[in-house]
Amino acid sequence: MTTVAHPAPNAIHAPSPSFGDRLRYGWADTANLTRRDIKIWTRNPAFLVFAVIQPVMFVLLFRYVFGGAIPTTVPGGYVNYLMPGIIAQSAAFASFGTAIALARQMQRGVIDRFRSMPMARSAVLLGRLAADTLRLTVTVIVVLGVGYAVGFRFLTGIGPAIGMLVLGIVFGVAICTISAFVGMAIRDEESVGSFGLIWLFPLTFVSSAFVTVRTMPGWLQAFANNQPVTIVIDEMRAMALGGPLVEHGWQSAAWLAGIFVVFIPLAVRAYRRS
Amino acid sequence: MTVREATRGWDGPAILVEGLRKSFGEVQALRGIDLEVARGQVLGMLGPNGAGKTTAVKVLTTLLAPDAGRALVEGRDVVHSAAAVREIIGLAGQSAAIQEELTGRENLEIMGRLYHLTKGESRHRAAQLLERFDLEDAADRPAKGYSGGMARRLDLAASLVARPAVLFLDEPTTGLDPRSRMGMWEVIRELVGEGATLLLTTQYLEEADELADQIVVIDHGEVIAAGTGEELKNRIGGDVVEFVVADRTHVDTAVAAVATLGEGSPSVDRETGQVSVRVGAAGSNALVDAVRALDAAGVRSEGLGIRRPSLDDVFLALTGHGADSAPETRGRRGRRSGRPEHAGAR
Repeated sequence: MTTVAHPAPNAIHAPSPSFGDRLRYGWADTANLTRRDIKIWTRNPAFLVFAVIQPVMFVLLFRYVFGGAIPTTVPGGYVNYLMPGIIAQSAAFASFGTAIALARQMQRGVIDRFRSMPMARSAVLLGRLAADTLRLTVTVIVVLGVGYAVGFRFLTGIGPAIGMLVLGIVFGVAICTISAFVGMAIRDEESVGSFGLIWLFPLTFVSSAFVTVRTMPGWLQAFANNQPVTIVIDEMRAMALGGPLVEHGWQSAAWLAGIFVVFIPLAVRAYRRS
Repeated sequence: MTVREATRGWDGPAILVEGLRKSFGEVQALRGIDLEVARGQVLGMLGPNGAGKTTAVKVLTTLLAPDAGRALVEGRDVVHSAAAVREIIGLAGQSAAIQEELTGRENLEIMGRLYHLTKGESRHRAAQLLERFDLEDAADRPAKGYSGGMARRLDLAASLVARPAVLFLDEPTTGLDPRSRMGMWEVIRELVGEGATLLLTTQYLEEADELADQIVVIDHGEVIAAGTGEELKNRIGGDVVEFVVADRTHVDTAVAAVATLGEGSPSVDRETGQVSVRVGAAGSNALVDAVRALDAAGVRSEGLGIRRPSLDDVFLALTGHGADSAPETRGRRGRRSGRPEHAGAR
């Protein structure tokens, strides 16, 4: 039975699904996976810690412990300086959940099963990002609520205020695409948890999130001033407190677009090659 | 899709593999494998860790592209018609690929939706499978609390949601306790009765013998033997005389005493002191000879007897090493996920 004696038959031609079908299935697959990811998230206490409790602790820590020692010239004091930064930082850290969930699914064979099914190749990633967007929105609104309770106030209108929140969320989703790639490339929950996202720390702390860049040593300023987290946070701060929007707005848009363009294909590739 | 729909337009074997090769860097996982599985048959792919079984399953389920050769599942090429292959296969991998936070029912319903069944169909199919796999009582509890056996049954159920024409089970009972293993065997036997084709990999010789119509033995990425369990046993020729040396320090003496009785050298398990000698067709004469030889050497033995060869003997005869003792060559791919059994899930 292992030797194929007779001439081997030709494969039958299997028509590939039409473009319309693929689009329809792709949409349905993404929607189903989004619902699934949200359901999983709401049942996992660890995700709740990442999404809500940790960011709130950061707000309180910087507002009441470090805040008194950090001088600012921003109208409304340090809490006004802090909030745009901490919203962006919370959104970025929320991407831990993305990386860990994908690494776990890789490890457990969930992704292999998905790949053996007639499912759109991009659905797992897109569904995950859609669910993450919702998750980030919750985080951002909770952090903003706590910020208001401890004295933060928008100094601009409703439009720029909403703009700041949206920018914070889009920034978080961009970081999630990087985390998705990292999670699927490393494929090991424990490794991702311990060092997979170590790069987020210098990126968020060596920025204008918590202190003005001018207080850093010159060589560090060069990095802090020109990295995307500072640029996005400066734009968010201008939207919340007033100030010039255009220059950092362009730069933010360029950075975020660049992250999506590079990391979505990388993440999809990691998924296909798993 | 029914089996009939899935198999329309194809009269060949359900699985046809020719000259399949796959390497990972320096490691040749598959070195030219040929297989043919008739529709409705069960093929048992038997081999130790790192033999290439999982790689073969991954190629056949479109997860990995082969370096050379071709593989057809119901006539569909796994490389060129991957999407069409995915429509008609089911896969249950080595670890239970279920989502722990979701209940058993939710796990199956979401699979139905991802296979593009309607909401109603998904719900109906999930209920059907939960009943069939004896998971009704646990259906609405998170899968986190399931025992290893229950998790595997749920995983198998998930692979059946779309009624696949060809099913791939990669080591379906690895890590299960003996009772759960028997339960899985029963479930798998029932599946086979329904016309699906099944390819099953296993490290357990007993499992292949129990479940498979045909067995291929794989070692280092090559098929080294093929046939029914009975054929394989006959191939190594006749019976085995077996005994346990009472005093472990006498094992070497015992082996020397019986070495001339058999074909090839006796195999020894030093842990237990068990010695096995393949004696060909000599039958009960060999048994008498063994008693005399051991007596003459002054070795006391226990449980001396003669038996039909097991597949373990087949493996030893074919490869020179036991089925469980092959060196681990898979690196990180060989990670075992031996889920512990949880009590309290009934």
